Amino acid sequence: MEKELWKGNEAIAEAAIRAGCNCFFGYPITPQSEVPEYMSVHLPQAGGVFVQSESEIAAINMVYGAAGAGMRAMTSSSSPGISLKQEGISYLAGAEVPCVIVNCMRGGPGLGTIQPSQGDYFQATRGGGNGDYRTVVLAPSNVQETVDFVQEAFDIADQYRNPVMIVCDGLIGQMMEPIEWRPVPRRDLPPKDWAASGRKGRDHHNVINSLYMAPEDCDRHNQHLEEKYAAIAENETRWEEVDCRDADVIITAYGTPARIALTALETLQAEGVKAGLFRPITLWPFPQEALRRLAERPNVKAFLDVEMSSSGQMLDDVRLAVEGRRPVRYLGHAGGVMPTVEEMTASVKAVLKEVQ
Amino acid sequence: MAIVYQKSPGLTDAELHYCPGCNHGIIHKLVAESLVELGLLDEAIGVCPVGCAVFAYNYFSCDMLEAAHGRAPAVATGVKRTHPTQAVFTYQGDGDLASIGMAEIVHAAMRGEKITTIFINNAIYGMTGGQMAPTTLIGQKATTCQSGRTAEQAGMPIRMAEMLSTLDGCVYAERVCVTDIPNITKAKRAIKKAFEKQMNREGFTFVEVLSTCPTNWGMTPLQAIDWLKTRMIPYYPLGVIKDTGAEVK
Repeated sequence: MEKELWKGNEAIAEAAIRAGCNCFFGYPITPQSEVPEYMSVHLPQAGGVFVQSESEIAAINMVYGAAGAGMRAMTSSSSPGISLKQEGISYLAGAEVPCVIVNCMRGGPGLGTIQPSQGDYFQATRGGGNGDYRTVVLAPSNVQETVDFVQEAFDIADQYRNPVMIVCDGLIGQMMEPIEWRPVPRRDLPPKDWAASGRKGRDHHNVINSLYMAPEDCDRHNQHLEEKYAAIAENETRWEEVDCRDADVIITAYGTPARIALTALETLQAEGVKAGLFRPITLWPFPQEALRRLAERPNVKAFLDVEMSSSGQMLDDVRLAVEGRRPVRYLGHAGGVMPTVEEMTASVKAVLKEVQ
Repeated sequence: MAIVYQKSPGLTDAELHYCPGCNHGIIHKLVAESLVELGLLDEAIGVCPVGCAVFAYNYFSCDMLEAAHGRAPAVATGVKRTHPTQAVFTYQGDGDLASIGMAEIVHAAMRGEKITTIFINNAIYGMTGGQMAPTTLIGQKATTCQSGRTAEQAGMPIRMAEMLSTLDGCVYAERVCVTDIPNITKAKRAIKKAFEKQMNREGFTFVEVLSTCPTNWGMTPLQAIDWLKTRMIPYYPLGVIKDTGAEVK
């Protein structure tokens, strides 16, 4: 298939339009502003709706309204803006309203920096809003995967009536890469007979709501959500393993660091060091069982987690999966500083020396 | 035998949870009747606030969305932009609309969203138990201003209908009350007019309804009606604040 050169953020917007996104609500913030810019031109041309909201809070609530009324709705932002959306994401999850949210992550905390980061892992996977809920979190590591995931994200959201978040760091959003517009397999989706889109002869009124005043009702609703999350974990968990079969040390990384790790593996293997890569593709559900199986393999002696984060956030999930079976070490930077191939190879060797 | 009065089909059979003497029940009825009389009920989509009217989705028989506190105008924007031919309304109290939701209501009005907002101003937070609202009057006691609101400490109460009227996107703003039959009739007329102008796609339409809260005002229902008339109306005058393009049909 023919390849086209696309900038990450613009490709995200185009992928959403191709996936049948009806409406986009967004607010400018670097490094994701190309998404609303592209949408403002091309979504109306495709028959959709674009609104530049007064804030990220308003944007996510416009998503709630449009998606609650049955539309394929999307918003995007970058870290500080995603913080503002957390209230709305909690309501979307509580009311089971499907939507797609893109976080083009930048450095924090606070205003931080506009440079790429992975400092929002906790926020994305632990639920930054109130209550017990989960969002499906897809973490692409290049522009091709990003456009594939954006297209599939709408189907995942609709299938489970749940928000789906795509987290890519600012590097992926700003980078241009050749991509193919692959036809994305469409899922067999249930009708949105729950949507508050007007009764139009229906014998009952639909309500989009996350309020359950009676304790038993709220408990039952949460149990229902938990069952759904268990089904998502069962069906949607994704990861990639590279050269793990006989690796002594396994690097765990997602997004851009996983991509850098591929070069580190080549360097290490050329030097005779057996290293592999375990790349979670869904951050939630985290591929816990797959990582645990690796930790139980006799050849695997240690793990090195690499993130664009100062102290490591996915590191917690890696440790929970490894459960002390093997040492887990960490390499990371925050604020837009990339872990380099040299740092990764040196760290892998240091870890190997430590365990031998 | 002729039926001379019956519950509006715009309302469900659910029992209202509102306190005795509260005006929400009357206002719900007026909104429901307006939707039915304009033939909009079957297509209408409403957005509830957080506050005393949080359960309004149980009472209106059209499709409803329950919004986060203050966000109803943003939610309604998402609904209306994707369902431009259908009637969309928000029903919000003064804490929801005039405090935490100020940005959302101002920008919905600024954009001229073709929605109708029913704003219930009872000068207090009802659901949470009588705290000071942005609309609480000077000298009025609330649980967070127990000696009475002072301008020095909290500023002057805000007049939302007048404020929103300064925005070009707002084509209609009227303040009404439902303390007696003539005022109920006027309120109904205002609500219907707002919906009509919405369906004419003229712009943002706003009806502020002064309302009683006997429970948190510490009054009987009759005392509350008297207090609304003698204290609230002088500061929040009734009538049409703005009506542009009234002749456009």
